[in-house]
Amino acid sequence: MAKTIDQHFDDLRGTRVWRSIFRSGTGSSTLKRALAIQQNVFLHLFSTKVRSRMLSFSATWYLGTLTLGTFLILVATGIPLMFYYHPSVPQAYADTKDLQFVVSSGLFLRNLHRWSAHAMVFLVFAHMFKVFYRGAYRAPREFNWVIGVILLLMTLLLSYTGYLLPWDQLAYWAITVGSNIASAVPVIGEKIHFLLLGGNAVNANALLRFYVLHCMILPLAAMFFVAIHFWRIRKDGGLYSHDSEPATVRAKAKTSVATNAVTAKEAQ
Amino acid sequence: MADETKTIGDLNNDVNRRQFFLTLGLGSLGIATAGTAAFAYQYLDPNVLYEPSPVVNEGKPDRYPLGSVTIDVNSGIYIIHSDEGYFSLSAVCTHLGCMTAWKPELNLIACPCHGSKFEQNGKKIEGPAPKPLPWKRIWLNDDGDLLVDRSTDVPALARDSFVRV
Repeated sequence: MAKTIDQHFDDLRGTRVWRSIFRSGTGSSTLKRALAIQQNVFLHLFSTKVRSRMLSFSATWYLGTLTLGTFLILVATGIPLMFYYHPSVPQAYADTKDLQFVVSSGLFLRNLHRWSAHAMVFLVFAHMFKVFYRGAYRAPREFNWVIGVILLLMTLLLSYTGYLLPWDQLAYWAITVGSNIASAVPVIGEKIHFLLLGGNAVNANALLRFYVLHCMILPLAAMFFVAIHFWRIRKDGGLYSHDSEPATVRAKAKTSVATNAVTAKEAQ
Repeated sequence: MADETKTIGDLNNDVNRRQFFLTLGLGSLGIATAGTAAFAYQYLDPNVLYEPSPVVNEGKPDRYPLGSVTIDVNSGIYIIHSDEGYFSLSAVCTHLGCMTAWKPELNLIACPCHGSKFEQNGKKIEGPAPKPLPWKRIWLNDDGDLLVDRSTDVPALARDSFVRV
């Protein structure tokens, strides 16, 4: 009898090479499935078990996952864009136009990067509204809300630094205005402005600094905080579900004890 | 034996070997951290800037007819020929650094970004701008050209803030 695809896959999962990479091995018992999550460097950030109702669309509208999705698209499209973009005053605008009109698929990659960036900002806010109105920011998840606010700032800073890179009039004046807002900080404002731009005006140094921030420092920092954000979901007891919150469970237990007491009295 | 050690420890102000090395280690780590922070700050603070000179040559005074307001967009300044003489005004809005423009039909200076308005002498009329447009030092060089130092503010409407030819 011919083997099914599933059986072939099970055979593959039983091989020595596969087992050397994925320790959990074959089988679909609860233990094996839990191990598959727990022993994977990426998946171990998440809970090994999730209530199926928490994965329903209505629970979260998948806003956090969609935000991660746009972030991954931004990384995947941003790196190829770096191959054609020189962060220098004479070349930046010309390279942007080349990407738009000359480079094969350049238009597609650049537009995908741009629209994903817009979508990410929108989704981050939508995610925060959803979390806020469900009350999922409350104890024990307060710290993850704080991490989320940091991630919101990261998202906005990534948008802001990326805005300068096309080096057109819109970018130039937006960054002039934006960096002047930093000067409004008491006492150290002017110094922050000077360090951010690497000079007194938006110029070659500012372009290079924003490029390094946009392509290296901020994405790495964002990944760092995203990892903490996901790990905290597990540490704070999984995705928020009102029925499973300790306070709700305790309140329910109290009510049922009281009800039992009343029933016992009536029986006497 | 144990008592002896204790006595020696007491004589040395209760610092035993473990505490000593812990303090030494944390102390050097702290110094290294502070040093790294200072090093990083100095590195990120440019010592040399390849920016345009703050002093710009605006040419012969007769380029500017009486009553004219002329913007030099590249330098971000106005050259204004008033009845009192020539003076120079920063064209950079004091709100958030946009380039203002002279509106001859309205007889005022306006900022396109957030709508601040200034008089011809830099005085603020309205808008989010917190301060008037600063006056800049202006003088004639030996060749008879008008020079403006963009890095030096001078008092508005003061006698010495004008150039008379």
